[in-house]
Amino acid sequence: MAAEFLRVEKLTKRFGNNTVVHGVDFAFAKGEFISLLGPSGCGKTTILRMIAGFETPTSGSIEVEGQDITHLKPNQRQLGMVFQAYALFPNLNVGDNIGFGLKIAGMGREERRARTDEMLRLIGLPGFEKRFPYEMSGGQQQRVALARAIAPRPRMLLLDEPLSALDAKIRVSLREEIRAIQLDLGITTVFVTHDQEEALSISDRIVVMNAGHIEQLGAPHEVYNKPATRFVATFVGTLNTIEASVASAANHQVTIDGQTVALPSLPSGAVDGSAISLTLRPEVLSVGNRPGNDIVLAGTVADVTFLGSVIRLRVALGQNTLSLDTFNDQRTAPPTRGEPVTISLASKDLLILGE
Amino acid sequence: MKPSRFWPWFTLLLGASYFIIPLIATFEFSLRMRRGYYSFDAYLSVFSDPRFQATFGYSVVIGIFAIIVGVLIVVPAVYFVRLRLPWLRPFVEFLTLLPLIIPAIVLVYGYIRLYNSSSLIPFTGSALGTDVLLVFAYVTLALPYMYRAVDTGMRTIDVQTLTEAAQIMGANSATIIARVILPNVLVAVLSGAFLTFAIVIGEFTIASLLNRPAFGPYLQNIGANRAYEPAALAIISFIITWGAMGMINLLARFAPRTSARTD
Ligand SMILES: Nc1ncnc2c1ncn2[C@@H]1O[C@H](COP(=O)(O)OP(=O)(O)OP(=O)(O)O)[C@@H](O)[C@H]1O
Ligand SMILES: [Mg+2]
Repeated sequence: MAAEFLRVEKLTKRFGNNTVVHGVDFAFAKGEFISLLGPSGCGKTTILRMIAGFETPTSGSIEVEGQDITHLKPNQRQLGMVFQAYALFPNLNVGDNIGFGLKIAGMGREERRARTDEMLRLIGLPGFEKRFPYEMSGGQQQRVALARAIAPRPRMLLLDEPLSALDAKIRVSLREEIRAIQLDLGITTVFVTHDQEEALSISDRIVVMNAGHIEQLGAPHEVYNKPATRFVATFVGTLNTIEASVASAANHQVTIDGQTVALPSLPSGAVDGSAISLTLRPEVLSVGNRPGNDIVLAGTVADVTFLGSVIRLRVALGQNTLSLDTFNDQRTAPPTRGEPVTISLASKDLLILGE
Repeated sequence: MKPSRFWPWFTLLLGASYFIIPLIATFEFSLRMRRGYYSFDAYLSVFSDPRFQATFGYSVVIGIFAIIVGVLIVVPAVYFVRLRLPWLRPFVEFLTLLPLIIPAIVLVYGYIRLYNSSSLIPFTGSALGTDVLLVFAYVTLALPYMYRAVDTGMRTIDVQTLTEAAQIMGANSATIIARVILPNVLVAVLSGAFLTFAIVIGEFTIASLLNRPAFGPYLQNIGANRAYEPAALAIISFIITWGAMGMINLLARFAPRTSARTD
């Protein structure tokens, strides 16, 4: 791991007797794109606002480039921030909005103009400097807000759900644009979102949060493929759960809807007849008995959703319903509801989850 | 079938005539100074009166100072209450209503007791001191209007987020108020200013008891001693007040426009 650029230690925040952030620790390297991901109310915004200086931590510390900024005022931290509601100054045109921080920093008019032009080219809106915020679409306004935040060359960029006020289509294109600009400038970025797809698609690393603490910290593929807890597994991506009962603890056999299958291992403490639950991602399931899959189960198609290139099936195995996607094969008709179906998976793809 | 438009119009006209008939009568009377003709003689007589010019000029100057002081007090106060002490808002709102409840005469007697020439702060000891006192009295009188105008203006912008956006870019509170908050509530501030002006121009009680040569006492004096001029002055005051109100309406068009969009 390269030298630490942002370090948060034992960060805690209480509002009254309500502790919303519980001793959070993390550290990131320069240039990383970090997402704080978690459900509503888990304290993501509160952490970001403590980094920005808008909230004072109850305890703990925040360091940037080795400097303790925990008690600095927001205007002394040299950070850039983009807000959910754009927050452009309504009385200023685009050029003056982008130049605002530069003017505060005492930059001269010519230099400011040059920097503003450079920023407008960066966000793909050259020639927009005379427009006012109300004359632009939401996506354009948010790009201007991004340009305004990075124009003064902040040490770090903070984004609080910058895409959630936008329509779905722009949300996707703008997040790619944000990532491209971030990579281009190499600016360390903390991005807050409750959208797992957003976090997975643009982050170097993700901090998955729940109820004020960190559940897991890792690269997108680590968080998705090796969720540390059941919460992470269910919050990031879709998770299937199969209720099974132990048929023979000695032989690692379990019964699922009357069908007995052997597993590589069982949780310690499993005895014959006890109930266990197995968890797995939809994509490890295949329709039919595919080579290499050692668990084969017979079920019934409970539901079929045609999504174009992909067909999403829900397969009933007794009281369990599993979700899986198959590619649309143009030569065969999709399965129909009520039809019997065989599904298979490799037992090594089962997720073993800690609580 | 179209619903009848008769009754709504009838009610409106009935209500309007309640205000308009006396106004027309006053206007008609103001034109009758010269026997047998309609003329603007009463207006000429008013405008050529040096006391009219002096008192009107005096009140305009006092009004301008009252506006400046009012803005300097109210804008930061509303801003900080909204930003840092939102729980204080109902209390502040009540406080700013007090000038409407407490009669001006009570206010001015309080001033005279507190600031008379033998007191610790003898504002009334000099003409300038009394002018200052008069300005403060008018700031107080106009407070309910100024406060409400500015508060409404700040409701249309997201004060907290705009403040934070400016702060993170390095701005301090003074810069934020001057460059971000004030420009965005300017229209509201100006409408508060015109209301203040309308109040100051016609105010009688305080100016008279502080014995200052203001327009209000002059109006009263003319009203008691002349026949046609008071009618002309009433019409003039009315036009000034309505001019101020018209400006407020006109300004509303320049209020900051919302830019909340999802596309
Ligand atoms: N100023 C405040 N005073 C009291 N409680 C607060 C304050 N700000 C936030 N909270 C509480 O702290 C908790 C975490 O809030 P926070 O805004 O950090 O959540 P979040 O993860 O950003 O959620 P969302 O996805 O909804 O934005 C919430 O329960 C919220 O009610
Ligand atoms: Mg939030």
